[in-house]
Amino acid sequence: MRIGLFVPCYIDAFFPQVGIATLELLERFGHEVVYPRDQTCCGQPMANSGFNAECAATEALFVRNFSGFDYVVGPSGSCVHHVRDNFDAIEQSDEVKQVRARTYELVEFLHDILKVDAFPWARFPHRVGLHNSCGTLRRLKHAKPSELNEPFFSKPMDLLSKVDGIEFVMPARPDECCGFGGTFSVFEEVVSTKMGYDKVSDHARAGAEYIVSADSSCLMHQQGCAERIGVPLKFIHIAEILNGASA
Amino acid sequence: MTSPAEQSSGSAVLHPEMVAAEDTHAIYRDGHRLDHAEGASKPFRSQPEPQPRGAKVHGNRPINQAEAAARFIAAPEHEKMHDERLWDLRQKRDREMHHIPEWEQLRSLASAIKEHTLTHLDEYLDQFEANARANGIHVHWARDAAEHNRIVHGILSDHGAKSLIKSKSMLTEECGFRHYMASVGIEVTETDLGERIQQLDKEDPSHIVVPAVHKLRTDVAKVFADTIGTDPDNNDVHYLAEAQREATRPLILAADAGMTGGNFVVAETGTFVVCTNEGNADLSANVPKLHIASIGIEKIIPRLEHLAVFVRLLSRSALGSPMTQYTSHFRGPRAGGEMHVVLVDNGRSERLGLEEFWTSLKCIRCGACMNTCPAYRRSGGLSYGATYSGPIGLIIDPTFNARKYSNLPFASSLNGSCSNVCPVRINIHEQIYAWRRELVKRHDVPLVKKAAMKAAGELLSRPVAYRAAIAAADVALAHLPRFVIYNGLNAWGKHREVPHPPKHTFHSWYQANRGGKQ
Amino acid sequence: MTSRDDILASIRANLPRVDRPLPHVPLFDESPPPSLLSAFKKSLERMGGIFLDPPDTGDVLAPVRAKIASAKVVCSTVPEIAGNRDIARVDATQDLADVDFAIVRATFAVAETGSVLLSDTDLHVNAVAYLAQHLIVLLDPADIVVNLHHAYRRPEFRDRHYASFHTGPSATADIEGVLIHGAQGVRSLSVLPSPRTL
Ligand code: SF4
Repeated sequence: MRIGLFVPCYIDAFFPQVGIATLELLERFGHEVVYPRDQTCCGQPMANSGFNAECAATEALFVRNFSGFDYVVGPSGSCVHHVRDNFDAIEQSDEVKQVRARTYELVEFLHDILKVDAFPWARFPHRVGLHNSCGTLRRLKHAKPSELNEPFFSKPMDLLSKVDGIEFVMPARPDECCGFGGTFSVFEEVVSTKMGYDKVSDHARAGAEYIVSADSSCLMHQQGCAERIGVPLKFIHIAEILNGASA
Repeated sequence: MTSPAEQSSGSAVLHPEMVAAEDTHAIYRDGHRLDHAEGASKPFRSQPEPQPRGAKVHGNRPINQAEAAARFIAAPEHEKMHDERLWDLRQKRDREMHHIPEWEQLRSLASAIKEHTLTHLDEYLDQFEANARANGIHVHWARDAAEHNRIVHGILSDHGAKSLIKSKSMLTEECGFRHYMASVGIEVTETDLGERIQQLDKEDPSHIVVPAVHKLRTDVAKVFADTIGTDPDNNDVHYLAEAQREATRPLILAADAGMTGGNFVVAETGTFVVCTNEGNADLSANVPKLHIASIGIEKIIPRLEHLAVFVRLLSRSALGSPMTQYTSHFRGPRAGGEMHVVLVDNGRSERLGLEEFWTSLKCIRCGACMNTCPAYRRSGGLSYGATYSGPIGLIIDPTFNARKYSNLPFASSLNGSCSNVCPVRINIHEQIYAWRRELVKRHDVPLVKKAAMKAAGELLSRPVAYRAAIAAADVALAHLPRFVIYNGLNAWGKHREVPHPPKHTFHSWYQANRGGKQ
Repeated sequence: MTSRDDILASIRANLPRVDRPLPHVPLFDESPPPSLLSAFKKSLERMGGIFLDPPDTGDVLAPVRAKIASAKVVCSTVPEIAGNRDIARVDATQDLADVDFAIVRATFAVAETGSVLLSDTDLHVNAVAYLAQHLIVLLDPADIVVNLHHAYRRPEFRDRHYASFHTGPSATADIEGVLIHGAQGVRSLSVLPSPRTL
């Protein structure tokens, strides 16, 4: 299958290793992975602030870049959520609808589409706290959120459990928001960073060495918070662990 | 079966330093520590600290929620107590939910019943009115807050009533009722403990179910010492609660009239239902001869069988207790008494016409969305500067005043936990998102923000210009956050570190390593 | 136009044009507890109520007599126990302000929540159930329904002017989450299983 690799703007700029891990990981399963070089962003930053009309040209560019692939895969839950659920500044032609429907976040793509059952190259002998970003948890439904009385499942945990040596720690509030929230992180920076401090302290108290997540934006925020208050945690994207990063 | 991911917390808390060493006052039954009723939590203990006050209100100017929230966070004893107590309520709610296998079905039923009723609101109100009148209840209609206040005043004047005891009602908060009554010389006494504390402190309720949840015991001790003459050095909670009981009881016995709200209204029987934990609504309704109930028109449901669904959900969602201590059904005046119901619109019928927002009228005011909201728990309810705070406030306050509350829909990380706990399945976080769009459309956001967003939209749609702008990663660091997160590094870096710039962008790595491919 | 007409007209103008049928509400009674009385007792105790286990002697009223032994004012509306304040002769609710114990019979109870329903017919003067310091409720074990769905099928909600579920005593935790019984209303609520004597 032909996969379009969607590397969101902040991953491109700040976390290139996450893009590389995603590319290599998808290639390990024998698929043709193409990175359309004219890609920039999905439009979420503007839309999240209420400026939907301002997203139109960016959304159109996204469709031009990603039209025609069997799947579009990106390592960012919130961006994929935007494309799939809110991407409506442009006219919803068949082409637009198709691109939106074929866009997947990496974890769900590995879990639901590729149905990966082993990562023999991966070994991560560390204690990790899993951070499900709110976009992946409550929008893309990566896992059962604690608020619902439904059977438990967790796609990222399913995948990570197949990695040799990994050990999970459980914080007091496993699926509390870390406070990133896009524009929220600056609009309400004091509340946002307080939530971040609480989040990283909770993981540290539970004994985590690493926080792992499918969303680099949350990790960027949490890392910034941890460094500021001196919580000695490391942060890693799930793509890196699944691709065999050693530490 | 709970999996490893669910056997999370148990007794773990975010702020272990707040957990009281011993709980000498705990009440036990059959070996179990009781935690029912209004906001009972794990035993926490705070250190005295001056109480942070709420948002500064300047007429119609947009409320700066972020500023008030920052002051709340700067008072760590208050912030931690508030956060832990409300999180504890959320956990008790989860516990109750797991006792009810049909929980998610009940939520769907509740939502469907409310949506049906709201789409036939005129018919059901009509039916309620006819039935209530037939039972001997006087029914009044008030278009807005001012008319509500006038009607109640009129009823009181007709009876020569000078004093009124009342139970907690968000609707009367919405109507500025106590201020109005003070201006016409009627003495109003709130009988809910939390609401009474707030009344005595001349402060609005900060939470729709636990109005004084933002206060520490030492704050309450100070308020009571100043107003009802308790010992300023005694902040024992039992002492304070008992002193309030003793001080309020004579006011209850002497009151000329009683007032309650209404949690539900049943059309088929002409009944209204009031749920409380303290029994104060029943005292207000049953001690004086005159009982007035102020009720929003959206509280109606068709039949008694529907009531079961809501009563099962309400207290479990609100407090993590299976039922409120008192759930009282008023179908007509008692012998020798008189009963009035004031049905209040105050913007509700107009809200019904807002395509994206009308389902906010399903709200049963349980407060679960506030308890679960990570931003609310850390901001305190008074930071919103509005009658309704927390997630439900973000989506209904702008219907009262879009300009004044234009910042509120941005005071959310859009995490969505609120929608998941909502017993009537309001898509709260989606409505918060929709309000952002709406406010931009109505030009109720700052121009500078608009200019930044427009520039970002233009740059992000032009790949060549975009690449030139962030040619190197350290350049990106200077530029990117400005449009990724609108406001740049100032706000980002004030309380957290900026990301470390990598050697290259993914784009340039790809060019260098996979350049031949495309 | 009156306010009533205005409001109804505004509602009609704004009604969402969507079809929302009224759902059927099941009774959710597929797996009732083996004993309604024990389930009721458990729920009641969780809510802070006291269940008066009948003593082995067979004298079911003994626990009530023990409770009220040192009380000054007892107001009973049940024939099983005599009080010293006759509710039939109370003309102002304020006359009940000094009642130490009120004794009433519940119309019925709900196992799911531990609630007892007290109506105007049971109370004679509604305020007695709130002004008294303590409340004792007699309950016929045959009068327990399994859950609230069944409860709301009962006729009392259609023919009484006032009916209140009491689920434990008056309670609050408005100050720092500390549980207090007797915030405004009764400080304790005890339930004694006792069949109706017809
Ligand atoms: S919006 Fe939902 S959760 Fe929030 S108070 Fe209303 S009913 Fe409760």
